[in-house]
Amino acid sequence: MWDYITERHAQLLYQSYQHLSLVIQCVLLATVLAVALAVFVHRNPRVVALAGGVSAIGLTIPSFALLGLLIPIAGIGTATSVIAVTFYATLPILRNAVVGLAGVDNSLIESARGMGMGAIRTLLRIELPLAWPVILAGVRVSAQMSMGIAAIAAYVLGPGLGSFIFTGLTQIGGANALNSALVGTLGVVLLALVLDALLLLAGRLTTSRGIRA
Amino acid sequence: MPESTTETTGVDIELIDVVKRYPGQKRAAVESLSLHIPAGEIVMFVGPSGCGKTTSLKMINRLIEPTSGTIRIGGEEVGRQHDDDLRRRIGYVIQGGSLFPHMTVTQNIALVPGLLGWDRRRTAERVDELLELVGLDPARYRNRYPRELSGGQQQRVGVARGLAADPPVILMDEPFGAVDPITRQRLQDELLSIQEELRKTIVCVTHDFDEAVKLGDRILILTEGAKIAQYDVPEAILANPADRFVADFVGAGAALKQLTLSRVSEIELGRRTVGEIGAKAADVLRAAQAADDDCIVVLDAKRRPVNWLWTRDLLDLDRIPAPRDDTDLVTIDRRATLNDALDLMLVSSHGSAVVTGRRDEYLGVVDFQAVLTRIQETHDEHNPTPEVVA
Repeated sequence: MWDYITERHAQLLYQSYQHLSLVIQCVLLATVLAVALAVFVHRNPRVVALAGGVSAIGLTIPSFALLGLLIPIAGIGTATSVIAVTFYATLPILRNAVVGLAGVDNSLIESARGMGMGAIRTLLRIELPLAWPVILAGVRVSAQMSMGIAAIAAYVLGPGLGSFIFTGLTQIGGANALNSALVGTLGVVLLALVLDALLLLAGRLTTSRGIRA
Repeated sequence: MPESTTETTGVDIELIDVVKRYPGQKRAAVESLSLHIPAGEIVMFVGPSGCGKTTSLKMINRLIEPTSGTIRIGGEEVGRQHDDDLRRRIGYVIQGGSLFPHMTVTQNIALVPGLLGWDRRRTAERVDELLELVGLDPARYRNRYPRELSGGQQQRVGVARGLAADPPVILMDEPFGAVDPITRQRLQDELLSIQEELRKTIVCVTHDFDEAVKLGDRILILTEGAKIAQYDVPEAILANPADRFVADFVGAGAALKQLTLSRVSEIELGRRTVGEIGAKAADVLRAAQAADDDCIVVLDAKRRPVNWLWTRDLLDLDRIPAPRDDTDLVTIDRRATLNDALDLMLVSSHGSAVVTGRRDEYLGVVDFQAVLTRIQETHDEHNPTPEVVA
């Protein structure tokens, strides 16, 4: 397997970079979408419950099925992978963002408003920073999951290490089939660990010492 | 009313026919409340839960928008001002301090000055000044996070935050509800001494009538729908509850509560024959007999009371002796409350206490009769004519 890696290290590095890049961008996009959505819904208890339900059901949709559904709309290629990965990435973040924002003590919000902070300022300076540790936990779950989904998204010829896995699977019995699938899989796991470590670090740097666990 | 020791920095507040009606509710939360809150006073809103006292408070800074009516602060109508601008000029302190846990003490206090665009240096100086004012060492506490403070300290920072931009009006919602009784008492005393210095207009909601009596220059007692049951100085409410509801709310021992309102200095002190240490016993005895006193107060060279002596003991003496160590003399400062005075008298075998003034100098004595007379007087002052209450 070592030979397999050294022979293809340029391609491997490139696809790893592509994979990581796809996941990071999709998770970023998902974070923005989920937090924005959560900001709108978290005050309404019924919509909060609905968001939790949608998030849970959404995660049960097999990723293969979703990709299949997307192909007629978005075609084959990067766009479809981005849509699929972002869709799944959004769900855990949405759930956590809603829980996190709803968990901010009402008296703190009232206190902020009572001091003359507007709704937007209160959101940015009080609610989001306080909900941040919970949101970030959602981001970490989402990033891990997206690593796997991104690999499957290679089925529609999206970028990333998934291509190694599918190559291996289609050539089962062939000389390098096992190596190919194994390298793809291990690469995804490795990237996932690296990304999680980065998120952990980012969490420490962006969470106030006053609310750090 | 309180004698101003410093200039009043507060402004008055006027509520005119203020109504708050929530959609879908039969009864209005606040049915036409009209009220004048004088500048520089502490007005306590009390009443049973659900009476609309908090709603009334929050309409002043428009956290709750009145359905109708007018509220003026310092003559300016609040409804015509941008709500955020308005609130930045009104201090707001709520239960437990409600500090933002992700911000340091400094950041919490500096919030409103920041919103008002103060420069960094002025804000930093202000933060230290306020921490001193509420009794927290700035060097030690300014960079702490709320969770690194005790409940009482958090509440102190909460008060400092309310005072940050030096607002003329401060609204407090059950400010000391979340701390233990001993800390609460200390925070109340501190608030009173801060108020003595600043003379803001403070509106404070509480459910604790004793707190209202202690802190309030005036007390507003509300019943359901924020109808005014009584609005008066604490002495008057205690002496003369407007109706059954107020009487029940005041609770048992209204007369006793009144004792904490009066100071020993308000009482006409009794005279006793005095004798300095070393004076001729026979002279003092003659004076005592002339005044019909059965005991005398022994003073030292600086006129500080040191002992009681029965006149019958004087018969055997040549000169007034220095006191033995186990003297049963009790002294009390003229600024003490009548409550404290009674407490002391109960433990004194003479049924009275010696009152001292500046540098512990002898002023006179106070006895049970004097305290009772004072209670009677207060009662009469606030009962000019007996009223029939429906």
